[in-house]
Order: sequence, then structure tokens, then C-alpha cells
Amino acid sequence: MTTVSMTVNGKPVSADIEDRTLLVYFLRENLRLTGTHIGCDTSQCGACVVHVNGRAVKACSMFAVQAEGAQVTTIEGLARDGKLHPVQEAFRENHGLQCGFCTPGMIMTAVDAIRRRGAMDRETIRYELEGNICRCTGYHNIVSSIEDASKKMSAA
Amino acid sequence: MIPYNFEYTRAKSLSEAQTMLAKNPDAKLLAGGQTLIPTMKMRLANPSALIDISNLEELSFIRASGDTLTIGATTKHGMIAASADVKRMIPALAHMASHIGDPAVRAMGTIGGSLANNDPAADYPAAALALNATIKTTNREIKADDFFTGMFSTALEDGEIITEIAFPKPDRGGYTKFCNPASRYPMAGVFVAQTKNGVRVGVTGAGPGVFRVEAMEAALAKNFTPDAVANVAVASGDLNSDIHATAEYRAHLVTVMAKRAVEQALAA
Repeated sequence: MTTVSMTVNGKPVSADIEDRTLLVYFLRENLRLTGTHIGCDTSQCGACVVHVNGRAVKACSMFAVQAEGAQVTTIEGLARDGKLHPVQEAFRENHGLQCGFCTPGMIMTAVDAIRRRGAMDRETIRYELEGNICRCTGYHNIVSSIEDASKKMSAA
Repeated sequence: MIPYNFEYTRAKSLSEAQTMLAKNPDAKLLAGGQTLIPTMKMRLANPSALIDISNLEELSFIRASGDTLTIGATTKHGMIAASADVKRMIPALAHMASHIGDPAVRAMGTIGGSLANNDPAADYPAAALALNATIKTTNREIKADDFFTGMFSTALEDGEIITEIAFPKPDRGGYTKFCNPASRYPMAGVFVAQTKNGVRVGVTGAGPGVFRVEAMEAALAKNFTPDAVANVAVASGDLNSDIHATAEYRAHLVTVMAKRAVEQALAA
């Protein structure tokens, strides 16, 4: 067992965990932040994407102990004062989801891509979504949501 | 998916990592973990201890000096893809790095980890071989030609840690791959590099390990055009056959990818 401490969505957290605990299990089971999803066993689907020190990473492909001292943001940490993040708002406006299972990962990936690139065209958005799998939508409205958000956020 | 248990320690310096590794020969180094951790989740790997070197700043750098580009072992794919120095010196290497895995993998995965793992379908080994890179370790310098010794195996000895990789700047370079649509690993990926000393062609994904194609190198040295390799076939005997593609299909892909890599090199 190791004591791990990090900041999650602005709040300091600490727990005794096994070294083998993946970050995604730490978030979901220790912290009960179940917005971060597990969609596959093979590190491919992107439903578990969170931000660690500002970069989008797969919470299923790192151990919680690796995030010792890190700043972690999950989907629960995006909305501010009861107001959706612009990317969340754009997914709502553009019907960027059907079942919603992949949505947290899609949104966390999109926020990171917009931070790096600003306004994006549809081809770039699809390139950035390489690691996020959606089984419902055919991606069309997800791409529209991110395009919309990236333009609004860059104009703001 | 929960791996077997293991003991985790984070190295604060390269010398500390060396000491830890010497004390525990069963330990494995954790760099980006984007292959190791998925493999551990599948319980295909079961190290008793992990020594985390991902945070070693001393191994995370990109330096352009004269005609040599030197990249630290824990430099992440995303940093290499975005580096102005890499784009200027070896644009094909930046292009290659920008198509490894996906953005989240590129935010964690490292060049040193990829080379040390030597996955037969990894991208960097093809680049290192074609660009005639030198892999520097805590003990010595190893030419790429001597480094890759077969499927998932390298010339690295126990306790030896890659510290940096030196790439001579080529006159031209190109990399294209044909990916498995599900795994996104190349079924054939070809890196071509032209220098004053000739042309080198590195192939990944198609065989049990990365390899060069001397017939293509000779043809391209005389005439650096896609047509020069269009009729150079690779023997399928040593290539991989699986549910995704036969060895003959992969052999065909190598020629097609080589043509496209040359096209890309000429367009750059």
C-alpha cells in the first residue's frame, strides 16, 4: 500500500492504495467520481480521458501513484458555478451524443485539443479524436460540437 | 482490468534509477507506460517492481546542433511531433511522431520506451534504422544497425538505460504506414532517408522485427523516385502472416509504402 496525494478538480485528496491501482479506478472507486468511464480493456476507447497537469491522458493507462502531486481534472471539474463548460454546452446544443457513454472522454479530449490548437476544421478534429471511440453517433455531431466550441472559444 | 501487484518507486535522477535497477534486477523501467501498462493489465507482463523514470527532466529534451538532432529518452511523442527543431531538421520524424497512437498516447509515450520495447510494429525503430541513429545509454553508444536484435529484443543489457538518441540530419526523409484499422498499429510502415552516404530504408510492422531493404536502398541511391522502388519486391518468406494479412500481402504493402514514403520525401 502507498499513500497517494493529488489535487482533483481543485480539491486535495489522499488515500492509501495498492501500487497497481490504475488512476481510473482511483477516481471512480476511491473518489466516487464516476463520470470518468471505462469503455474497453485494451486502452483504446478513450472513455477514461482526464487531464493530468493540463494534458489529456487515458486514466486507464497510468497508475494512480504516477499522479502523485499532480493536478487532475475530470469531467466533473469542468462546469463552473452551475454553468456548463463551453465544450459541454456545444455538445448539448449540437446533439453531440446519443447514449453518452463516450462523452466524458470526448469532451476532455476536445478541451485539450482546443487548448493546443484553438479553432479547428473538421479534418483536424477527426485527427484529434483518433483515440476516442463512439459506437452510436458516427461522430458527425461530435465533430460539429467540437467545431462549434472551438470557434466560440477562440472568438471569446 | 487489474494487473498483478508490484512495487512502484519513482526515480528522482538517472543515477538513482541506475542504483534501483542494480539492486532489483527483476524491476522494469516505466517511461510512458503506454505499452507496458496495457500489457500488464492483460497480465502478459508481470514485473515485480516498476521504477518510474517518466519525470526525469534530465532525459527530456530536444537539441539541434550542427547536423545532429539529439532527443532525450523520456521525451514524449507529442513534444517531438510539435518541436520546431524536429520539423526543421527531420520533418519526416515529426510527421511520424504525430501519427503514433492517438493524442493521449502521445502525451505519455516516450521515444526511449518505444525503442527499448522494440515492438515489431512500433514506428520509432523504422526511423532509427533508416536515419542511422545512434542510441546512447548509461554504458555506451549503440548504432541502430546493432540495436534491434529481433522481436521485442534489443542489444540493451540488464541495468542499461537509454539516455538519448542522436539522429544525423538527412537530405530527405519520408515515412508512411498502412495501419490495421482496429489496432492502428502499422501492418507495414516504411521510413526512407537519403543522405550524402546513400539511402536507407527501414521497415516496421511487416516482419518479426524492424529491417532494412538493401535492394530498395540500392535502387533509390541511383534514382530517388517512387518508380525506382515500384518493382522492387520484398521476399515474403520472413514476414508475418495473421488474421489481418498474409505475408504476401504485407510484402506488397512494403513496396507500396516505400513508393509513398519516397513521394513524401520528394514533396517535403
